[in-house]
Amino acid sequence: MTHLVAIVDPLMHTFAKSGFSWSFLFVVIIKVLIAFVLLLVGVMVYIWGMRKWIADMQNRIGPDNAGPHGVLQTLADGIKLFFKEQTMPDSADRVVFRIAPYLSILPAFLMFCVVPVGGTVSILGHKTFLQVAELPFGAMWILACSGVGVYGVMLAGWSSGSKYPLLGSVRASAQLLSYEAAFGLGILGALVHAGTLSTREIVNLQAWSGIGSIFRDWYWFPAIVAFVIFLIAAVAETNHPPFDLVEAEQELVGGFHTEYSGIRFAIFFLAEFMNLITMSAVATTLFLGGPNGPMLWPSRLGAHGVINVWLMPVFWFGAKVITLLFGTVWLRASLPRLRYDQLMSFGWKYLIELAILWVMVEIAIEVANVQSWNRGVAALIAVVAGAGLYGILMLCVPKPGEVVEEFR
Amino acid sequence: MDAILFFGFSAILLSAAIGVVIARNPVHSALFLVTTMVTMSVFFLMQDAPLVAIVQIVVYASAIVVLFLFVIMLLGVDRHESLDDGRRFQRPAAAILGVLALAGLLSLTVGHWQLGGHRLSGRSISDNGDNVRPLARTLFTHFAWPFEVTAVLLVIAVVGSVVLARRSSRPAPNPDAANPLQQGSAR
Repeated sequence: MTHLVAIVDPLMHTFAKSGFSWSFLFVVIIKVLIAFVLLLVGVMVYIWGMRKWIADMQNRIGPDNAGPHGVLQTLADGIKLFFKEQTMPDSADRVVFRIAPYLSILPAFLMFCVVPVGGTVSILGHKTFLQVAELPFGAMWILACSGVGVYGVMLAGWSSGSKYPLLGSVRASAQLLSYEAAFGLGILGALVHAGTLSTREIVNLQAWSGIGSIFRDWYWFPAIVAFVIFLIAAVAETNHPPFDLVEAEQELVGGFHTEYSGIRFAIFFLAEFMNLITMSAVATTLFLGGPNGPMLWPSRLGAHGVINVWLMPVFWFGAKVITLLFGTVWLRASLPRLRYDQLMSFGWKYLIELAILWVMVEIAIEVANVQSWNRGVAALIAVVAGAGLYGILMLCVPKPGEVVEEFR
Repeated sequence: MDAILFFGFSAILLSAAIGVVIARNPVHSALFLVTTMVTMSVFFLMQDAPLVAIVQIVVYASAIVVLFLFVIMLLGVDRHESLDDGRRFQRPAAAILGVLALAGLLSLTVGHWQLGGHRLSGRSISDNGDNVRPLARTLFTHFAWPFEVTAVLLVIAVVGSVVLARRSSRPAPNPDAANPLQQGSAR
């Protein structure tokens, strides 16, 4: 069991060398707790920010009563939900009904565990990465957590024992399963360049070396199509608008959480927004260089000073995540919800094909790189061939109107 | 430490496995099945095979059992299956086969491994515990042919299932009789 977790994190290294100590346990617990609290507070602030931003976009004021500029509104809602009565239908499956909310919040947090928030720091004399866990298969872990997240929604709808939740959860799980493939292929787009599954190594490979790094070293530009596909699939995986069919009120009452009330209901929403933050963090890690960014005044403050080791990486990480989160608010404010058939045909007929072809194009370019062929020519040929194949594929796909014509 | 983990997770694994069989509700069975799958991945981790462990979760827990659940939910979940199926010979036959299978497994565990495993040459784990690279190299060099053949087999399975599913939803001769719900999936 010596290799249970590959000893990459220096913290685990000291553990393997000098054995167990209480300060080691303390560091581990502190890291887990901080990550969890960070996500909770992040959700609180995000919901407030989202409501304020949307209010601005719609010429409203938004929440402004609880606390300065209404920043405590989410907390107030949470406290209210916590003390509300929890109802359970007679026809519900009692055990599954109770565990379903936790099944949806757990993967959201576990996925965040592999995201590198900062560089290597030292806490209580232990050198450690600023991330909860460094796994040799971090990218696969992300995929596994997003896949396991389906259970919460699915079981919540089923265990409620009534019609609308069941319909909502069947529909939701079909959506999540459909976009899982595009999501995985989007991740693959970054992995092809990185050549490793470890999130820490992926971030290290995108190190900052001047302003050109943004286009040269960060994977969003070399893998631009995969990046866009990843973002679309991530929005669909988190049931965020315009893919929020899961809670289409006018069709399904409340979707899978119709029968839930009180704190269980709150947990579902906590999980949804936690997922959104985690997905933004994952996109930052895979495509936007994670905590990498220019140091603040390294000649005066020192490249290894507190500010440039602790503060700046976390600042850059946070700035990138907040930028992506603002994008999701923008989507929520501007796009109407997709119809179910639009959702399915977009996912299956356009997105997945595009993702597969793009990964092949990237692999071709990467092979040209390794074989030191002419990079530009190889890229051109690969992109043209990929676009041609995609065009041929698209000729085979019937247009939505065409199908209706044929059967009318 | 190893022993505690092994026996602890074995207990979880075995009780979940029994749960799969004795649960009356198919959804509960599926949930127990997920538990066994996730617990199994811990054993892969203990065998220094982190990639296999995580693939176990990605493939089984997050894809296959989700599909099981999906099908169960689509086909109506409130039917509790009756355990008396009326065929008298099945129970004794199952008992005999079970004893035979147990005997086979026990003889395999007591004797040395006779089926593969240690016959594979080469290191499967590199120095820092990462076994993705060695595995990928083996898969795409030594086992490239079986790998591709398996891929083709899977594609054939997918295409076959699509063909089978499409045949039943050809439009009726009279267009008005066609079920409007099938319009989207028919082509």
